[in-house]
Amino acid sequence: MRRFVPTLKAAAVAAVLALAPVAFDQGARAAEGGPESGHDVIKIPNTDFSFDGIFGTFDRASAQRGFQVYKEVCAACHSMRHLSYRHLTGIGLTPAQVQALASQFQVQDGPNDNGEMFERPARPSDHFRRPFANDAAARAANNGALPPDLSVMVKAREGGADYLHALLVGYSDPPEGITIAEGMHYNKYFPGHQIAMAPPLNTDGQVTYVDGTNATVDQMATDIATFLAWAAEPELEQRRAMGVRMIIFLTILAGLAYAVKRKVWSDLH
Amino acid sequence: MADSHHETNEHNDVRRLHDSKVANPLLRWIDQRMPVISMIQLEYGSFPTPRNFNYFWNFGALAMVTLAIMIATGVVLSMQYAAHTMLAFDSVERIMRDVNYGWLLRYAHANGASMFFIVTYIHMWRSLHYGSYKSPRELLWMLGVVLFILMMATAFMGYVLPWGQMSFWGATVITNLFSALPVVGQSIVTWLWGGFSVDNPTLNRFFSLHYLLPFVIVGVTFLHVVALHITGSNNPLGIEPKTKQDTIPFHPYYTMKDSFGIVVFLIVYAVLVFFMPNYLGHPDNYIPANPLVTPAHIVPEWYFLPFYAILRAVPDKLGGVVLMGGALVILFFLPWLDSSPVRSMRFRPITRWLFLLWTVNFFVLGYVGGKPAEQPYILIAQISTAYYFAYFLVILPFLSKFERPLPLPESIAHAVLSRRGGGPLPAGATAKPMEKA
Repeated sequence: MRRFVPTLKAAAVAAVLALAPVAFDQGARAAEGGPESGHDVIKIPNTDFSFDGIFGTFDRASAQRGFQVYKEVCAACHSMRHLSYRHLTGIGLTPAQVQALASQFQVQDGPNDNGEMFERPARPSDHFRRPFANDAAARAANNGALPPDLSVMVKAREGGADYLHALLVGYSDPPEGITIAEGMHYNKYFPGHQIAMAPPLNTDGQVTYVDGTNATVDQMATDIATFLAWAAEPELEQRRAMGVRMIIFLTILAGLAYAVKRKVWSDLH
Repeated sequence: MADSHHETNEHNDVRRLHDSKVANPLLRWIDQRMPVISMIQLEYGSFPTPRNFNYFWNFGALAMVTLAIMIATGVVLSMQYAAHTMLAFDSVERIMRDVNYGWLLRYAHANGASMFFIVTYIHMWRSLHYGSYKSPRELLWMLGVVLFILMMATAFMGYVLPWGQMSFWGATVITNLFSALPVVGQSIVTWLWGGFSVDNPTLNRFFSLHYLLPFVIVGVTFLHVVALHITGSNNPLGIEPKTKQDTIPFHPYYTMKDSFGIVVFLIVYAVLVFFMPNYLGHPDNYIPANPLVTPAHIVPEWYFLPFYAILRAVPDKLGGVVLMGGALVILFFLPWLDSSPVRSMRFRPITRWLFLLWTVNFFVLGYVGGKPAEQPYILIAQISTAYYFAYFLVILPFLSKFERPLPLPESIAHAVLSRRGGGPLPAGATAKPMEKA
């Protein structure tokens, strides 16, 4: 045992040093709190998602319902410019369904042989149709506020899908003593609590789910958060599956390498 | 090939050819004219290496492996990346979604930067703790500091390339530091930017330099290794090998030990890449760069935080820049600041604790570097900055005048074998004279 002591000590110091980025990162993260100072830390409640944990996967039905919510509610203002219709096979749509879905949308193409732009039904290879021609048009239609693109929203906000779910169910009347600016809305979880977006999901049954699920506000918020989590990280399932195989392989290899190392070194001991 | 004419020629030129011991005729022919095979055999095969390395001596090899991974993934990523402000963010997302295994390449590259800094920080800590910077290894150490600064520059410019909010604002804050220089400051900043703000010319040159500097790092790494192979490695006891008993050939002992270390390193790396690829990043960098919206807190990547804390410790901008630069430049003078002839902290009973305190202090700096610039963090940063410098400028130059080092062991072999002999040994593991070298 005694001869392992230096090794153990070295391993302990190495572990501490390797943990440095985690410690630093916590510091950086704690600084995120509120917009005015580092003190107003808003606690984001945890939502149980199908994709939580190491072995979590996207609940396809939930993601498809989430896409329905996006299509019928969010897409009025928010683009998802990094997604194409063909990507939707990733949440379980068949190529025929994608084809049928895409053809519902008119997209601009061209110029044609006469030099003119024209409208045509979208193909699976087209990007999601954008609600506005440009940012200025989006602001003009939204009281000066720009609805952000949602393609990577889950990765672009502290708290990810939990935050999005909390935000969507976090609207209420402002508490006593807080005045909300004209055209703004109180939200418990938005940094600074004043958000330009009006409550997008406000009544149960706002969306009639094709699969018959009861569309409560909480259900819709969970589904859209699931869909957006998939949209932000469509590779997540493949990545984790590959990661599990990688770790198993490397652990066995490490065991073998250590055994060989011990064997090679045995004539010195 | 084997005609007599040729043989004669070879005999006439024999003094100009390398005396190769390689058995394979083709390889010998090459080795006689360009003795790289002999060199590898000499420098990585039989190279006499102290027998008492602990696992801290793996981290140089780990840094080299990481450098290779970074260059390999980076070259492939650059085939799909577009260095233009209008395209950069979208091209990165395209890599993530539409390029085959693009997500793997990008996450391996982004987290590889963090792994590179982890292993390099541990490698440097090893040198500080065991006195590897001392004579005759001063130049070896200084080349290492050059490598560290090159790495910082490369990582900083790489972080700008995705053209997210932190890319843009990080670039703005860091390049603006040069404006603190008197008289020429603003001109230098304009020159760095290639314009009057961080914009497309800035992104273009950062991409160019981000591609160039890794190959400069390869070159300096080569010099670093050349210098290492002249002086030989230090070891945990900090005493030079005296006899053959003290050393073992690099191969197979340390090639195998490094191989094991590399696999363990890859496990840690794989956990980051496959299960928490964005953990060390910042969510704001998934928001496309917007010069009109400043993020609430502009935070550099974790590996810059200790130096960022030093930068912000003083209220004066130029003072902060000078301190941060000084925190790096002072490392070049370290071999001459430390007045103790004893290398390893194992035999420096007082300095050892002050060095461990310095290590904790470095973590504290990293912690406050990630906090907003307000009290009490400013005060903590000031105290920590003072200690960072005091260790180099006061403790190392003067403490050895009072400190009584512990007795050094007679030799490496003596220390290793007497430790082994101290307890019950498993069968077959008894100490025997070392004949290999």
